[in-house]
Amino acid sequence: MRYVDEYRNRELILALSEEVKKISKKEITLMEVCGGHTMAIHRFGLHSLLPSNIRLLSGPGCPVCVSSQHFLDTAIAYSKIPGAIITTYGDLIRVPGSVSSLEKEKAKGADVRILYSVLEALEIAKNNPGRPVFFPGIGFETTAPATAAAIVQAKKENIVNFFVLSAHKIMPPVMKALVDEGVKINGFIAPGHVSAITGTAIYNELAAGYGLGVVVTGFEPVDMMQAILMLVRQIESGTPKVEIQYRRIVHPEGNRIAQALLIEVFNHKDDRWRGLGIIRDSGLKIRKDFVGFDAEVKYPVSVPEPPDPKGCICGLILRGLKKPGDCRLFATTCTPSDPVGACMVSGEGTCATYYKYRR
Amino acid sequence: MNPREDKILMSHGNGGRMMHDLIGHLFLKHFGNKILEEQTDAAILPVDTPEVAFTTDSFVIDPLFFPGGNIGKLAVCGTVNDLAVSGAEPRYISVSFILEEGFSMQELEVIVKSLAEEARHAKVTIVTGDTKVVNRGKCDKLFINTAGIGMVRKKDQMVGKARNIHPGDVIIINGTIGDHGMAVMNARESFNFKSPVISDCASLNHMIREILDRSSGVKFMRDPTRGGVATVLNELAAKIGHGIEINEQALPISKGVSAMCEILGFDTLHIANEGKVIVVASEQESKLILEIMRNHPLGKQSAVIAHIVSDHPGRVVLKTGTGGKRIIDSLTGDPLPRIC
Repeated sequence: MRYVDEYRNRELILALSEEVKKISKKEITLMEVCGGHTMAIHRFGLHSLLPSNIRLLSGPGCPVCVSSQHFLDTAIAYSKIPGAIITTYGDLIRVPGSVSSLEKEKAKGADVRILYSVLEALEIAKNNPGRPVFFPGIGFETTAPATAAAIVQAKKENIVNFFVLSAHKIMPPVMKALVDEGVKINGFIAPGHVSAITGTAIYNELAAGYGLGVVVTGFEPVDMMQAILMLVRQIESGTPKVEIQYRRIVHPEGNRIAQALLIEVFNHKDDRWRGLGIIRDSGLKIRKDFVGFDAEVKYPVSVPEPPDPKGCICGLILRGLKKPGDCRLFATTCTPSDPVGACMVSGEGTCATYYKYRR
Repeated sequence: MNPREDKILMSHGNGGRMMHDLIGHLFLKHFGNKILEEQTDAAILPVDTPEVAFTTDSFVIDPLFFPGGNIGKLAVCGTVNDLAVSGAEPRYISVSFILEEGFSMQELEVIVKSLAEEARHAKVTIVTGDTKVVNRGKCDKLFINTAGIGMVRKKDQMVGKARNIHPGDVIIINGTIGDHGMAVMNARESFNFKSPVISDCASLNHMIREILDRSSGVKFMRDPTRGGVATVLNELAAKIGHGIEINEQALPISKGVSAMCEILGFDTLHIANEGKVIVVASEQESKLILEIMRNHPLGKQSAVIAHIVSDHPGRVVLKTGTGGKRIIDSLTGDPLPRIC
């Protein structure tokens, strides 16, 4: 398959891995922030191709994993409103809230529909006038523009029964928060699709202020190996900076139209991250101009803040302080078919990835 | 058929004249054979082996029509294949319909016709059946149940049972994987992929019979339907207590399926097939079996995709094209598209 096979070329991967082994001297830790990167590393067995002085840590970049239980409980509460339709991306429906999940509510009779694009929710809203259609919005700068576009479109078409529960988040604040908290990282393998939207300036402070290498990276094994090589070069030469590996997609200035949409629809808010607590200015809240589409404003529900499940160390795993194998629930009481913590639920969660590929 | 009604009415299932008409003008017309035409409450069937195989399956697929088939064809293939991979020669099937009030009579006839056609092709006789109509909303348009009986020769009785499988044995499949699942998903969801993915839905009994006639070396057969190849191999590994190593580069996957799986984040090994059989045999015997399969229209792309190994007992591991290895688990839940 074009644009896939060449980036999975075995000889290229091995050549890059040899070069990494040749020049890498220091003990270093690199964090792959995005769940898609964690998946790729394990799916293609990249860790086995790295020298032992390079450690890879999985970061908090799986949107399902970092969405708080409170958010899920709110979505579940909406599903119980008479006539309500919950429209959601597929990976949210099995995620356990404190006592239920959207999948379980669907079995009990709630109208829960899986979408491939948020714009389908607008069609559903148009076809069901009088019924509130909710969209629990999760994801980072990659998926938030699509939600923003749907909200703008809904306003244009005067659709009055479409409501977004925004748990959208942005990447840089959590990356800084991790370093501030003392997680020892030498460089970030940064998500390529985020920068396809935002550009690369969002990481300037990490490089200049924190002295960390940041390489914006694609999702195929050749991409990742090349990014690791670029980070090793930066670190070995003591010249941390922001570089783009994923040049075939990412431009330094990003996608201006998508950026404008994000600014038009959302402003920043302090937001709760599962396992990490509240991080300043890390979430996206719907602006007053679009308040008619803000589920939290139009349908306020009171949902208690649930405690994290007993024994679950998702928070430490999301911070890169522990690995799934350190959790006593891992692969015993917590499995993909009966997940306890969020990292096991999403296919891109660190625990699910370890369970799938490295158990 | 009698065009008096263009929709299914509750009266078509009430045992009265309208039901009688439906049976006569639609089912008997297309399925007609001596045994069925007796219209006894139970079919009396001659058998020619001391042992028979018996299976049943229900079909609730949405959408009813998809590239490469429809629910009628599928209802025959599914049951025929379950019999065939158990070493039986499929002979008789039953067909029961549960129809939703208001269902289109014209679509029903298309489905019945292709069901009859596939039965003729697979050389199975439809010997009994049933029709029920439920109120609108009580079922999704149309459900079909088929049950089947096949004759089992003594020499073929073990082929579904996975005995005498050892490290070094090979695992063969008769062509590309994931076609059915992705064709149906493409038809059901609003992806608008302009891809030519076509379901592999087919009755495998003639090809399997040829293999069993010419080789006595088949140690195991299974059709990798729901849950895909990964699930069958995991069940097999658990049962025999050896490991299985899949060679990613040997997996036959069509371009369209591969692209759809990439975009949606699915593992092709978890996607359903409806015209595929997995065969386990010794390395030596596999040459003959491959030759037989490749000479059959349904097996042109047959390939050895995996080996039985002594490492990692009970586990299925994929040797990736990039040189790594990873565990392949059974499917958990429905395959869901990822957000990013």
